[in-house]
Amino acid sequence: MIKKFDKKDEESGSGSNPFQHLEKSAVLQEARIFNETPINPRRCLHILTKIIYLLNQGEHFGTTEATEAFFAMTRLFQSNDQTLRRMCYLTIKEMANISEDVIIVTSSLTKDMTGKEDVYRGPAIRALCRITDTTMLQAIERYMKQAIVDKVPSVSSSALVSSLHMVKMSFDVVKRWVNEAQEAASSDNIMVQYHALGLLYHLRKNDRLAVTKMLNKFTKSGLKSPFAYCMMIRIASKLLEETDGGHDSPLFDFIESCLRNKHEMVVYEAASAIVHMPNCTARELAPAVSVLQLFCSSPKAALRYAAVRTLNKVAMKHPSAVTACNLDLENLITDSNRSIATLAITTLLKTGSESSVDRLMKQISSFVSEISDEFKVVVVQAISALCQKYPRKHSVMMNFLSNMLRDDGGFDYKRAIVDCIISIIEENPESKETGLAHLCEFIEDCEHTVLATKILHLLGKEGPRTPTPSKYIRFIFNRVVLESEAVRAAAVSALAKFGAQNDDLLPSVLVLMQRCMMDSDDEVRDRATFYMNVLQQKQKALNAAYIFNGLSVSVPGLEKSLHQYTLEPSEKPFDMKTVPLATAPITEQKTEIAPVATSKLPEKLAPSRQDIYQDQLAAIPEFKGLGPLFKSSEPVQLTEAETEYVVRCIKHTFANHMIFQFDCTNTLNDQLLQRVMVQMEPSEAYEVLHYVPAPNLPYSQPGSCYSLVRLPEDDPTAVSCTFSCTMKYLVRDCDPNTGEPDDDGYDDEYVLEDLEVTVADHIQKVLKPNFGAAWEEIGDEFEKEETFALATVRTLDEAVNNIISFLGMQPCERSDKVPENKNSHVLVLAGVFRGGHDVLVRARLALADGVTMQVTVRSTDESVVDVILASVG
Amino acid sequence: MTAQSCPRQHCATTMDSTALEPSLYTVKAVFILDNDGNRLLSKYYDVELYPSMKEQKNFEMNVFNKTHKADNEISFIEGMTIVYKSSIDLFFYVVGSAQENELMLMAVLNCLFESLNQMLRKNVEKRTLLDNMDGVFLVVDEIIDGGVILESDPQQVIEKVNYRADENPLSEQSVAQHITEKLALTSNVLQSAKEQIKWSILK
Repeated sequence: MIKKFDKKDEESGSGSNPFQHLEKSAVLQEARIFNETPINPRRCLHILTKIIYLLNQGEHFGTTEATEAFFAMTRLFQSNDQTLRRMCYLTIKEMANISEDVIIVTSSLTKDMTGKEDVYRGPAIRALCRITDTTMLQAIERYMKQAIVDKVPSVSSSALVSSLHMVKMSFDVVKRWVNEAQEAASSDNIMVQYHALGLLYHLRKNDRLAVTKMLNKFTKSGLKSPFAYCMMIRIASKLLEETDGGHDSPLFDFIESCLRNKHEMVVYEAASAIVHMPNCTARELAPAVSVLQLFCSSPKAALRYAAVRTLNKVAMKHPSAVTACNLDLENLITDSNRSIATLAITTLLKTGSESSVDRLMKQISSFVSEISDEFKVVVVQAISALCQKYPRKHSVMMNFLSNMLRDDGGFDYKRAIVDCIISIIEENPESKETGLAHLCEFIEDCEHTVLATKILHLLGKEGPRTPTPSKYIRFIFNRVVLESEAVRAAAVSALAKFGAQNDDLLPSVLVLMQRCMMDSDDEVRDRATFYMNVLQQKQKALNAAYIFNGLSVSVPGLEKSLHQYTLEPSEKPFDMKTVPLATAPITEQKTEIAPVATSKLPEKLAPSRQDIYQDQLAAIPEFKGLGPLFKSSEPVQLTEAETEYVVRCIKHTFANHMIFQFDCTNTLNDQLLQRVMVQMEPSEAYEVLHYVPAPNLPYSQPGSCYSLVRLPEDDPTAVSCTFSCTMKYLVRDCDPNTGEPDDDGYDDEYVLEDLEVTVADHIQKVLKPNFGAAWEEIGDEFEKEETFALATVRTLDEAVNNIISFLGMQPCERSDKVPENKNSHVLVLAGVFRGGHDVLVRARLALADGVTMQVTVRSTDESVVDVILASVG
Repeated sequence: MTAQSCPRQHCATTMDSTALEPSLYTVKAVFILDNDGNRLLSKYYDVELYPSMKEQKNFEMNVFNKTHKADNEISFIEGMTIVYKSSIDLFFYVVGSAQENELMLMAVLNCLFESLNQMLRKNVEKRTLLDNMDGVFLVVDEIIDGGVILESDPQQVIEKVNYRADENPLSEQSVAQHITEKLALTSNVLQSAKEQIKWSILK
């Protein structure tokens, strides 16, 4: 067998692999010589190596054949060849999960672990712990304790590391070895110390006090191992983060002192820990930044990389702190390691001045094709941030991005670029045409369906409103001809928007639609037919409702309602208004805040928070027949933080009722609360119908109680109300340790803060992608207009934010962002009022001494208009 | 290894790092490839990272393609920090999470390389490595245990492994073949001696 390999080697030169053509069955056949007497250590060793090599290559071993080989291998323990014995340990570890009955080697391993040969002892412990389960652990516990404090470092280290692996499996047993680990932690050997500290931390990490003590002890006495220092720095920064106290604590001093450690590893760990601390001041950052600056000129690539990567991180939050390193970073932009060069340039883009942007962009384009996708994404992120900082540079950036878009790259990378271009278009109206042109070019040859549909959607939204919409039609129709179903369907929708917006394009769009109606895919055909019919009506209101602004209902909610409707067939047609509205129509907003972050959202449609509440409330019999849940508010705190009982309230609005959900937490470990309810006294004509108490509220387990309130029917304008709330309950004292309550208790009450219901609780946000169309659609039948003076407000931004939060409506057309240096602004808001009435608000704001506001409200219902105006006044 | 389960889908697209949970589990994977990117040895210590063999080999190929051209020591691939080193026809890689201290990973890589360098008597190339594969397995086992750095001093590793690399590891090698090899070697030596003399005369 072996000769055969040699022959092969001879033919193919010395570089070939003697293990290349190993056959599992042949090797297992060979393994029979394990049973020969006397044992031939050399040959057995070679066969064991082959077996491990095969396992390592991913060869699959069946349970029977593995077990057979494993049992044969156990015979090799009779040999005293050191390497052979060590290879046996490795085989045991590799086969622990494949073979059956591996525990038969327990006694051999225990013997080696406690024997005289120090070379065997450490590896034997590690192999033994690999095959030991919780039940058997008790049997070897005594040996493990001895091994942890053994004077031979390799034995002690092996025992400590194996204990760490077993913490997950049998925490309670390993916890008993804490004293031994403590002793090992003061060992002179650096690795033993490191492993002991690691084990101690894992055993005590839920006990803050113990961790703090441990940290104090070892930071005072000093440590030998640089690894142990790194571990301590991480523990210290974690503690600091949890206490979120000031940085004048001894923990911070310890981390800072590590900046002067003699090991680079420790210095870097400390600098990195300081940089990653939230709310670090410039003064605290300075020493960390200066050591990183030194590392920038290190001959070691890894150190330069680590330093520049951390500086990049600092530059995101504190660009000014990094400017001192600009010169060092400049030297790195030509680094042969392209990762380092990329990070240096993106850091400089953040810290440098506007004038250096062109030069840096030129430098980076010289090697952008050489770097990995991960770094390209970093570059795109930097550009995206830069565009927000220097809007005037958008043409340079756009050019660069379009070049990058043409290069090869993975999905994440392309998506980052597309998101970045989209955010530039949204920030700078003047870049819209160039941006759309680049994206059009991109979809001509785009393999990613998600990106193509996204761009088509954008084209449909933005394209019709550009000066020359006709030029986009060609790109869109090309998709209809060439692409997969999903893209074709998206292209049809985009085409329809052009037809709806531009009367002169309508005839051509109709012709194209006609063609799409012959598509082979159902979805594409359905969409084409639908749009065709809507467009032919030539009615603005229809276009607005069915082409520009799609459904605003929650999709899981719609599914559920339709299912319900099919279960209980009735004469009445299905009413869209009974479907709960989508609670998060904010996709447009997200692309602005974090252009790259949105892409990480899961693709699948998770049930929203509101859908979850809907299910929870529907499960309570008292709340049957209220109709669909209209809106759930954000939680409102009704107690101070850190009081005996913590209560927060979520307001659920229905068509004619409201449910108040009180989430209560009992923070007293010697009390059990029962029959907990919150009594509410309304200030207006609201009527409390029903209380649903929480039966039990044990220590630290949150429970919910509910109140059902009927809204005043005769006075629809009474939208705001104040409730004074009192929590009432039965207290039963209990033993803090066992949680066993006393037999009898007493009634008690606890006064909570007042709860406000405002107009925002009656309105659900709805995004109208095309506000103008929606405005026309509703019409001016119930339009009302009034002018207000906001004397206390000083800026337009402030006014806009106040109005949005007061009305709780969705800003459309990005009108929530006030352009700089403007004295007037138009804010447009959309929402749905309780009961399903669309409501639109247009507020013209003018800045003089204060802010003057002219509010125009349109709705499908007159009383809603009155409610809004009354509440604003 | 659950202590530092890295949500891979998050790391994959971003290099942003959150604070690292204090843990001894430093190394996510270590592997040795030949100059075609074939796996010679590889160990994955984080079961959640590339659970299947196919994913592992794809990852190794991806890493190899992005690193074998330039000896750059460190890279960031698929959301993982990777330090590497090459020697003749071998490539050594140590993989850690995006947040890991790069210098700790370097310490592991250096220890691995130095230990093998000593064990293989400075012949760190594919053939010698494969001839002493048992020793290589033992060295890796002494440096990392389940993702924890067990030893970082190459001298200690060599002592613990106590492995003697053999000049001609396969005893059954035929004598004749052995002699031809020796002869070839001597003729090589003669040849180079001749060359040297020739050059010295020409000077």
